[in-house]
Amino acid sequence: MKPFLPFESRMVPLPSTNIDTDQIIPARFLKTTSKEGLDLQLFNDWRYNADGTPNPDFILNTPRGKNAEILLAGDNFGCGSSREHAPWALTQFGFRAVISTSFADIFKGNSLKNSLLPIVVPADVHAKLFAMPEDAKVEVDLASQSLILPDGTKVEFPVDPFSKTCLLEGIDELGWILKQEPAIAAFEARRIGTLNTLQNFV
Amino acid sequence: MSGNLRTLSQKVWDSHIVHEEPGAPSLIYIDLHIVHEVTSPQAFEGLRQRGLKVRRPDLAIATVDHSIPTTDRSLPILDPIAAKQVGQLEKNAAEFGIPCFGMHSEHQGICHVIGPELGFTQPGMTVVCGDSHTSTHGAFGALAFGIGTSEVENVLASQCLLQRPSKTFRVLVNGKLRPGVTAKDIILALIAQIGIGGGTGMVIEYAGPAIRALDMEARMTVCNMSIEGGARAGMIAPDDTTFNYLKGRPFAPQGKDWDAAVERWRQLPTDEGARFDREVIIDGDELEPMITWGTNPGMGISINAPIPAPSNPSDSKALAYMGLESGKPLAGHPVNVVFIGSCTNSRISDLRSAANILKGRKVNPNVRVMVVPGSMEVKRQAEAEGLPELFRAAGCDYREPGCSMCIAMNGDQLQPGEYSVSTSNRNFEGRQGKGGRTFLASPLTAAATALMGVVTDVRTIL
Repeated sequence: MKPFLPFESRMVPLPSTNIDTDQIIPARFLKTTSKEGLDLQLFNDWRYNADGTPNPDFILNTPRGKNAEILLAGDNFGCGSSREHAPWALTQFGFRAVISTSFADIFKGNSLKNSLLPIVVPADVHAKLFAMPEDAKVEVDLASQSLILPDGTKVEFPVDPFSKTCLLEGIDELGWILKQEPAIAAFEARRIGTLNTLQNFV
Repeated sequence: MSGNLRTLSQKVWDSHIVHEEPGAPSLIYIDLHIVHEVTSPQAFEGLRQRGLKVRRPDLAIATVDHSIPTTDRSLPILDPIAAKQVGQLEKNAAEFGIPCFGMHSEHQGICHVIGPELGFTQPGMTVVCGDSHTSTHGAFGALAFGIGTSEVENVLASQCLLQRPSKTFRVLVNGKLRPGVTAKDIILALIAQIGIGGGTGMVIEYAGPAIRALDMEARMTVCNMSIEGGARAGMIAPDDTTFNYLKGRPFAPQGKDWDAAVERWRQLPTDEGARFDREVIIDGDELEPMITWGTNPGMGISINAPIPAPSNPSDSKALAYMGLESGKPLAGHPVNVVFIGSCTNSRISDLRSAANILKGRKVNPNVRVMVVPGSMEVKRQAEAEGLPELFRAAGCDYREPGCSMCIAMNGDQLQPGEYSVSTSNRNFEGRQGKGGRTFLASPLTAAATALMGVVTDVRTIL
């Protein structure tokens, strides 16, 4: 993973609440065995008409939806299915952060593992961001856990300290877990007899 | 104070902590990992790229369910992309030594149906799967939750996950359900009350007399949809109902091991007086059959209640997508399809309850009725009871096991604009096919609707 550096970007507003991962990427596109090419199907059913042509009213098909790295979304973003294809599709499209008032648990965890920063802001800040002009840019600084608005206002946001370190330093979570091998082996040794092992049967 | 008093979920959590250090989440051990074709290929590829093995292939099982056809199993998979994905799982399982219940296995089925029915899922375990409905297994008093593909890779490589503990949320369901009211109605009523984000960051424990009275399959239906209320997991304390269900299942402990296991499992229920971060009480006596009108599972109403007036833009958007007007009841609304299946409601008891309604009757000719058993085991039991003949005589399309039209990855799907009553768990836009419109309900409501061709309160035909 590359270290997560500060950046400044316009925001793509998607005000619907409870945007579920079936909207972010519909299930019929999950038959792939790779992570690649999912950006083409990001928000597929909102983005394309029945005949496959782009829906001109959908924000990603407008100039405002291009070349921006922040998605500004309604409350409870990413609910539903655990598919990690959702953050894969978002990052491949170019997003590096999603701002909302809350995120579903699994989506949030999946995003943090893919350098997509879920930023939770209070409702008043959320409303203020939606009210900003199209070309307004905000700065995302993970190190100080803050959003810097065009007027210079700093809005702090929470991030799990472990995830923050992993993102800032580009640390891979699995690498960290594998270093705990002695503790894992010791745990297994302690639990012999009570560990519900399938080895007797399979 | 309740210093040492612990809840069911806290007990399971505490007994699975492998390692803790300041600044990091807890490293917790996973007892059972269920792997399926859709969310695992990139995880196995990750292992290959890192040169890693599966640390405990004996604690994992694999099956195919999401993208497989539910047509005749002797035929090849026609969709080449799905065929490749299914083949890839079988190849990965063989390469990494994980037992796989593939397309032609006698144990194939939906992840959350086969885990319990084969006795893999047991009280006090941690269970994960790359599928949000892993919460189903919590019906046994297991801490069970869905994970993403990165975490699938972590568990394959280390048998562990980095997790922060969830908050605790008790849902107390008092009283006794009336005829025509089922486990599905309990969970739909709860989600309608708390909203689809109401349980975010929490593990729900379902308790109270109406929960105790449920059989294991009904408890699975309740726990299954915990994620639709935003909760990470849903759990029910194990009791004699749990033990009676598990005893003698192929992978359940046997003999002396069984006795020792039951002894351990009896220690799991929440300590009297333990504190929960949130509590909701539902009056089971007052519950009615529930149905959803909108585009998320929280948009639910009693079957005879009017569709509510929109209170925000999302409600208006949902009404427009669904082609419905507020103020009118859903009962009487025509449907094109009835789907009886999914990890929520495809077990033998679900098929039996639908069959009881359909027995000796004909479904409405304007409705396509699909009945999809959750597993080969369910299918065999249904055959032993003569259910396939009963469903076919009623005019239903009785199919092979899989996720089918719940997720519509395999060609089993609604056409744009079509309405379904579905026993599945999600009514999101396009979930059952692009442009499709889903009313979520119980197998009883689904069967009654199949007969009448319009959304029907089952109590009117009991």
